[in-house]
Amino acid sequence: MDDRVILRVGAKILIPFILIFALYVQFHGDYGPGGGFQAGVIFAAAFVLYALVFGLGNAIKVLPPKAAYFCGAFGVLLFVGVGYASMALGGEFLNYSVLAHDPTHGQHYGIIGVELGVLITVFGVMVALFYAFAGRRRLDR
Amino acid sequence: MISPTEVVDIVLLILLAVTGVAVIRTRNLFAAVMLAGIYSLVSAGLFVVMDAVDVAFTEAAVGAGISTVLMLGTLALVGYQEHEPRHTPLLPLFVVVLTGGILVYGTTDMPPFGHPENPAHQHVAPHYLEESEHEVGHIPNVVTSVLASYRGYDTMGETAVVFTAMVGVLLLLSRGPLPRRVHHNGRWITVRPGTTREELEARMLAESGDEPEPVDGEGARG
Repeated sequence: MDDRVILRVGAKILIPFILIFALYVQFHGDYGPGGGFQAGVIFAAAFVLYALVFGLGNAIKVLPPKAAYFCGAFGVLLFVGVGYASMALGGEFLNYSVLAHDPTHGQHYGIIGVELGVLITVFGVMVALFYAFAGRRRLDR
Repeated sequence: MISPTEVVDIVLLILLAVTGVAVIRTRNLFAAVMLAGIYSLVSAGLFVVMDAVDVAFTEAAVGAGISTVLMLGTLALVGYQEHEPRHTPLLPLFVVVLTGGILVYGTTDMPPFGHPENPAHQHVAPHYLEESEHEVGHIPNVVTSVLASYRGYDTMGETAVVFTAMVGVLLLLSRGPLPRRVHHNGRWITVRPGTTREELEARMLAESGDEPEPVDGEGARG
């Protein structure tokens, strides 16, 4: 797509805003609509847009598939890790109230932690799925 | 008298029905994928009307966004034109009409939408809505506090499901054609994809040093 200047420049301008918007959706999820699932998809959409405009090869240089697979697994581990952390501090599994002195603060920390886990997993999985589909060639070619 | 919300509802539902019929009727898969994206977007609009903004957000991002891109990626692999069906549509139509009829019949038993006496609003929901402020604290969005704290175990399962989806797709798609076992001259051997019958016979000859026996119908295919 070397000749499509408008598309390339437009994508370059859009991608940082998409990433920032994803972070806004993530951290504003406590106050309004949003959260890890939506933010992860939007964050991944920025990379998908980059891959569509600049080619899969360049996208893989920015984010190798193995990094995406790692994110997909690491988010689940982070989620479960928050659960075990609350167990280690004397509460039940995923009872965040024990994570800080004030139970409501503990709840807030726990929710930020698990939402971050959801964000990382959903982001990694979406990018990995896109790579898996876009990276295959037709058999008859 | 029809209220303005009902007008929005009716318009969105008509759009949904029109898009659904268009998806079925078109033989151009590119158009079908785009229409499916529009279907998701209109569904997201319906969820907004029902005050389920978090669900609408997800539907718009996943249904209209990412899955459309993934479907287009699939079309790049399988082609853009649907084949003419070889069977008559009568039996599928009968099954669909019957199932739809049963589902519509089932809705007559459902409690009215949004009624405070509904079972969904009688169980744990009142506790979540009233106590979230004191128990979870600084999270004004109750959807987030229910999703991440009260129902954290469910959300952990959902995250694991997303991870499992990735593992499944990667197992199916991330590699090229695998080496395969073929039965050749009375024994099983492993051949790389793309091996021709001549290469296979040359290899067998090199390994055994004997004259190759005549090959019957089940040989190596590339």
